[in-house]
Amino acid sequence: MRHALIAMRAIVLREALRFVHQRERFIAALVRPLVWLLVFAAGFRAALGLSISPPYQTYITYETYIVPGLCGMILLFNGMQSSLSLVYDREMGSMRLLLTAPLSRAWLLFSKLLGSTIISILQVYAFLFVAWLFDITLPGWGYLAVLPALVLGGLMLGALGLALSSFIKQLENFAGVMNFVIFPMFFLSSALYPLWKMAESSELLHDICASNPFTHAVELIRFALYVEVNGMALVWTTLATAVFMALAVWGYDPARGMMTRKG
Amino acid sequence: MSLLVSDLSFSYGSKTALDGVSFSVGRGQFAALLGPNGAGKSTLFSLLTRLFVTQGGAISIARHDLAAAPLAAMADLGVVFQQTTLDLDLTVRQNLRYFAALHGMSGRDADQRIDAALHRLGMAERAGEKARGLNGGHRRRTEIARALLHKPKVLLLDEPTVGLDAPTRAGLTQHIHDLCAETGVTVLWATHLTDEVRDTDQVILLHRGRVLADGRCGDLRGDRPLPAYFAQMTGATV
Repeated sequence: MRHALIAMRAIVLREALRFVHQRERFIAALVRPLVWLLVFAAGFRAALGLSISPPYQTYITYETYIVPGLCGMILLFNGMQSSLSLVYDREMGSMRLLLTAPLSRAWLLFSKLLGSTIISILQVYAFLFVAWLFDITLPGWGYLAVLPALVLGGLMLGALGLALSSFIKQLENFAGVMNFVIFPMFFLSSALYPLWKMAESSELLHDICASNPFTHAVELIRFALYVEVNGMALVWTTLATAVFMALAVWGYDPARGMMTRKG
Repeated sequence: MSLLVSDLSFSYGSKTALDGVSFSVGRGQFAALLGPNGAGKSTLFSLLTRLFVTQGGAISIARHDLAAAPLAAMADLGVVFQQTTLDLDLTVRQNLRYFAALHGMSGRDADQRIDAALHRLGMAERAGEKARGLNGGHRRRTEIARALLHKPKVLLLDEPTVGLDAPTRAGLTQHIHDLCAETGVTVLWATHLTDEVRDTDQVILLHRGRVLADGRCGDLRGDRPLPAYFAQMTGATV
């Protein structure tokens, strides 16, 4: 057990060191949601009327509405970015080094996932801090209550990235992930507009959004920010995490031989 | 036997990469896995390092069956991959610490082993340098030092001299031979370069997924130079 924990700490630390070395990645991760918050939301404020719906007790501005969605966006992009780095690692061979360690593969993958989730969460807090500077504030306890929701959401999206990375053979294919995973997941969710609003224009789109795991991660975060638990979102997010993690372990199973190309 | 491969077969779909490969390497022996490009060396290494799972046959590393006791087998195995697997943004010491932790070593114990391994490879004064700043030969030395940290009984090196100049190649080859003699580690050294092999080494000649010859290099080649023997057996020139 001691061995496993030493290895986990080292893997998490390596993720952190890599992140520190990629300062532009941190800035990009912060600028992206801020552009949405300060530019997009300002433009849409007038166009979108929001009625009072849980967890909100009063009318809220559009900026306030999209904060949880943008927290989710950071987790989503970071989860995919870490999967991109896994494909890169595999091409560079350092994934081989990791997978030849005398520990179970599921543990090694989970450690990697935990490392990238911790990095994501630090970025979310940096974003919430900047939002606070721009007067977009949340209940004080919400900043603490959201932590477990961010951990679960981060693990879910990281596990999705991990699973995808096991099926992507080459780095070039990653553009497809952007188009076919990240954007649909983000836009077909409650990140930018409430689902009831979506239902007004299309029942079908509403149903798709409602079954999108990302929607549930965002709702889990939204309620947690107001110190409330959304039971349905919690169940969905937990289930999706388990499924994506199982897929990742399956994808990296040596019996399936996904790791190397012909030699 | 430290490394035992029996009746190993592997295919990619309908293309057979390894066909009934068997050989063994004793303790402290330097064995050269010699074969032209495409002989199946990389596939064999992927199987030995458990990146692939055997489709037929068995592998035993330091008397641990790789399929039945994979973690025990991997703990006794050191690997130097063909591609560099160093994190270029980290220092030599940080790279080694990361690896040590993957093998359950930390703190003073890890640092002592790292110092000893770097000293042995003549890399002690470069411990604080970033891997990106090292030349090819020093990167390889770092990787070999790293592969020895957990005192493996079997060391696999997959074409470790690719891309290195002749003096560096000769130095590395010499070093690994010394290592075998001094520490008793068993070495399997994959290469397609015959000048890296000595007469006292074991040669396992792999061609088109089969073992064409297995024996002491001097005995196999007889009066012929090794390149001539290699060319005659495989039809490939070196």
